[in-house]
Amino acid sequence: MAIDAATVKKVASLARIREPDDRLEALADELNGILAWIEQLNEVDTEGVEPMTSAVATKLPMREDVVSEPGDAARILANAPKSERGFFVVPKVVE
Amino acid sequence: MAERLTLKGAIDGLRAKRFSAEELAATHLAAMEQARPLNAFVLETPEAAIAMAKASDARIARGEAGPLEGVPLGIKDLFCTEGVRTTAGSKILGNFKPTYESTVTANLWRDGAVMLGKLNMDEFAMGSSNENSAFGPVVNPWRNRGSNQALTPGGSSGGSATAVAAELCLGATATDTGGSIRQPAAFTGTVGVKPTYGRCSRWGIVAFASSLDQAGPIARTVEDAAILLKSMAGHDPKDSTSLNVETPDFPSFVGKPVKGLRIGVPKEYRVDGMPPEIEALWAQGVAWLKDAGCEVVEVSLPHTRFALPAYYIIAPAEASSNLARYDGMRFGLRVDGETLTDVYEETRSQGFGAEVKRRILIGTYVLSAGYYDAYYLKAQKVRQRIADDFTTAFERVDALLTPTAPSAAFGLGERTSDPVAMYLNDIFTVTVNLAGLPGMSIPAGVDAQGLPLGLQLIGRPLDEGTLFSLAGALEQAADFTARPERWW
Repeated sequence: MAIDAATVKKVASLARIREPDDRLEALADELNGILAWIEQLNEVDTEGVEPMTSAVATKLPMREDVVSEPGDAARILANAPKSERGFFVVPKVVE
Repeated sequence: MAERLTLKGAIDGLRAKRFSAEELAATHLAAMEQARPLNAFVLETPEAAIAMAKASDARIARGEAGPLEGVPLGIKDLFCTEGVRTTAGSKILGNFKPTYESTVTANLWRDGAVMLGKLNMDEFAMGSSNENSAFGPVVNPWRNRGSNQALTPGGSSGGSATAVAAELCLGATATDTGGSIRQPAAFTGTVGVKPTYGRCSRWGIVAFASSLDQAGPIARTVEDAAILLKSMAGHDPKDSTSLNVETPDFPSFVGKPVKGLRIGVPKEYRVDGMPPEIEALWAQGVAWLKDAGCEVVEVSLPHTRFALPAYYIIAPAEASSNLARYDGMRFGLRVDGETLTDVYEETRSQGFGAEVKRRILIGTYVLSAGYYDAYYLKAQKVRQRIADDFTTAFERVDALLTPTAPSAAFGLGERTSDPVAMYLNDIFTVTVNLAGLPGMSIPAGVDAQGLPLGLQLIGRPLDEGTLFSLAGALEQAADFTARPERWW
């Protein structure tokens, strides 16, 4: 399943990472190198094996559906690149 | 103060009032200032350190000392610290100052520890040489005999390992996703402990690969590491994978006899191209444990060679998902652009380094439509096979002994051109993360160039206690007294 420059461009756009066109071939080579190495996994017989979900068998804990921390807008906004009157300011989303 | 103070020695000295916490903090802050060429700290917090130390002195005077009262520590910059810049070694977090404290660091402050500053690391803990940090690489205090070449301290917890080895702090927090505590410990002659997955809360630790990430200590002695882990561990309802189990009194296991324990030596860890010195050290480790009364047997972990390929699906997949949150909207870096997509793409392209982008792309690819079953699901099934290998081995033995890393510390810049070659650093450590087991690296000897080498112990889930006993026996037998010559 070798990937080409066009696939890298598509994956990069899915991941919202901009890669300049002149980097795509080199990246495809790097990723193919890693993927070719990963292909070894096909040698393992996993017939009937359940995918692993946890190391130590535990049940996912349940908790009461209550507010545990009161909302504090100032704290939440403290690291915002841009905020105004208790809101995050973001670029226009809808044209 | 005596040369090479241990954390335990500091606790005793403070209790006996031989020195104050403030003096101890000041000594370490001065050492940090001198050691800036090592680039171990990305942020020094001298004012906070002195204030915390004064508070410790007051508590000691009142007879209210906690278990770590007045002990100065370095904190890997992956742990959120309230009001103190936390970067994960990345540009994308910008000047992020958390408004909350990670559970692990909160536990340390509860017990009286003092923060000296934040430690350098590979960006988002992705790397084995610390060369992926936005703040530049950490330099290993150790050098080849008679050489000035700068060596890597390993990674991703390279700052933690260097600060402990160079005596800039008495212990440090670290995290381990594929070997990031144990490999740097081996490269710097320090003790590194990765506990069972779920032993330490992940809450407030910047996420890399959530099913593998686990916090642990790096320290200069086995006992120091045990003292630190006891404070760091514990159930936390804020992390749904935190285990609701008692935290044992880890220090009490150090020094316990190991006679009669059965130790497995996995034959698949005898890899091609392993330096003869590492093989010899491994054999020496076996001999030491036999001398201490252990029975050593060969075991088989047949799926070992598939661990790294499985890891390089699972970890990037989880990372691509975890790192989707860095969108420039709520915190961290924002690079303005024409459209919303431009803002996302420019922010992430400028904010993430090359290795992080590479892993996000791999992760996005293996999770994308049509490939999920072939890659991610397959890797999780192989992961179960790897875990089953350990379960089978632990029916016959109480712990496993292996080398920690396939080489000693290497030169900065020597292995950056080939990602897969760099990934092979974790060949002996990554299986432990995949299976969620506890693992420790203990300094056991030096190579012909005088560089430290480590041995790794692997235990049953939640059986860190046995590992601490075995690590104590190895430490005593190895009598590792080599020190890096001070050149900084």
